[in-house]
Amino acid sequence: MYTQAMDTMGRDGPGEGAARPVRSVEEMQRERHLQERFDARIDDGGFIEAKDWMPENYRRTLLRQISQHAHSEIVGMLPEGNWITRAPTLKRKAILMAKVQDEGGHGLYLYAAAETLGSSRDEMLGALHSGRAKYSSIFNYPTLTWADIGVIGWLVDGAAIMNQVPICRCSYAPYARAMVRICREESFHQRQGYDSLLVMMKQGTEAQRAMVQDAVDRWWWPCLMMFGPTDDQSPNSAQSMRWGIKRISNDDLRQKFVDATVPQAAELGVTLPDPDLAWNEARQHWDFGPIDWAEFWRVVGGDGPCNRERLQRRVDAWEEGAWVREAALAHARKHTDHTEPKQVSA
Amino acid sequence: MSTPTAPTGHDAARNEWPLWEVFVRPKAGLEHKHCGSLHAPDAAMALQLAREVYARRQEGTSLWVVPSSQITASDPGDRDIYFDPMEDKVYRHPTFYALPESVNHM
Repeated sequence: MYTQAMDTMGRDGPGEGAARPVRSVEEMQRERHLQERFDARIDDGGFIEAKDWMPENYRRTLLRQISQHAHSEIVGMLPEGNWITRAPTLKRKAILMAKVQDEGGHGLYLYAAAETLGSSRDEMLGALHSGRAKYSSIFNYPTLTWADIGVIGWLVDGAAIMNQVPICRCSYAPYARAMVRICREESFHQRQGYDSLLVMMKQGTEAQRAMVQDAVDRWWWPCLMMFGPTDDQSPNSAQSMRWGIKRISNDDLRQKFVDATVPQAAELGVTLPDPDLAWNEARQHWDFGPIDWAEFWRVVGGDGPCNRERLQRRVDAWEEGAWVREAALAHARKHTDHTEPKQVSA
Repeated sequence: MSTPTAPTGHDAARNEWPLWEVFVRPKAGLEHKHCGSLHAPDAAMALQLAREVYARRQEGTSLWVVPSSQITASDPGDRDIYFDPMEDKVYRHPTFYALPESVNHM
C-alpha cells in the first residue's frame, strides 16, 4: 500500500533526513548538471536505473515506499495464513497456500528492488520490527470468519491491484519491473476470492450468506482507506507525480475502485454498507459517503485491532528463525573451506 | 576467503546471507534472462530459493544463480564512452549501402 506510505510521511514516526555536509561550488555545479539530466529524463518519460544518479529525496521517497510496500506483502501473509489450517476444502486450502506463497514472493521481489537503493535487507527488517517502518494498515484488521478470506481476495486485493497497476510505469525501473511481475500474479488472487464468495452466496445456506455480508460490512471502509488520504490532504503527492513515482491521484484511484466494485457486489448479491452510495448521472461515477479518517489515522498510529499482534508475529518469526539462518551460513562456510583447494586447482 | 559463497564486507558484519542474481531461460532455444535477485547462504540454496521465488508459474526450463559480487558492470555515467562512437560508424549498417533496386533484397 503504496500511496499510503507517501502520504503518512512525517506523521508516523521520525524521518531519516540527515544533515547534509557543506559542499564546494564545484560540487554544487556538478550536482546541478546531474539534476538537469535527471529532470530531463523524467520529463521524457524515461526510466531511472539503480546505478544512475538521482536526487537524495527521490531515493529516500522510493526507499520508503518500496520497503513499506514489501513489509505490507509480508505482514499481509498473516491474516490469510490464519485460515490455511481451517480452509473448508482441500481445493480451497491449496488455493490459499498458493496465494499466501505468492504474497511472500511479492515481498521478496520488493525487498530486492529496495536494496538497489542502498538499504540492506536487515536494515529494512530492523525498521519493521522496531515499529519505525509501517505497512498497509488494512492488515491490522482481523480475519474472523472464512468469508473474510474471500473478501480479502475480492476487495483488498482488488484495491491493491488498482493501486499497483499504475506503478508498473513508475520511473524507477527496478520497482516498475517488480510491479509487472506482481500484477501478473495478482489477478488470480482477486478472482479466487470472488469465486469463493460466489459459491457461498449462490450455493450456500442462509447463515453462509449472512457471513459473507458481515465480512463485506467490516472490510468495505478499511478498503476505501487503502488509497490513502484525500488529494487535498496529500502534500507529497505533487512531488511524487512530478517524479513519475505516482501516476494517478488517491481520490481518482478510489473512485475507480468504487465504480468497478459496485456492479461486482450486485452480481454477488451483497450490499455495500454505505447509505450514500448512488449513481451520479452528471459525473458518470458512483457517489459514496464520507470516510472516517480518524479511524484511518488511529490504525496508522498503531492502535488498530491487530497492530501489536501482527508485529509480534513477525518479530517472533525472525527471532525463532535465527538459528536456521546461522546454521545455513555455518554450513556454507564449512562447505566453502572444504572445497576451496579443488577450486584453486581447477 | 575470496570464494563467492563466503559473505564479505558489510554482509558479514550483519550476518546477512550474500546476494545472488537469478537468470531464467524461458524456453529451450532462448537465452537466459535476468529476472531478479535474492539472498542465500550458498549456491545450492540460491538455486532452491530461485525456484520458489522466481519460478512459481512455469517461467522457464533452466535457472542460473550468480553471486552479485562477481558481476562487473559498466558505469551508466560512462555510457557515451561505451556506446556513442557507434553512431558515427554508419557504414556498420546495411542501409548505408545503396544498391540497385533489382538486387536490393541482399
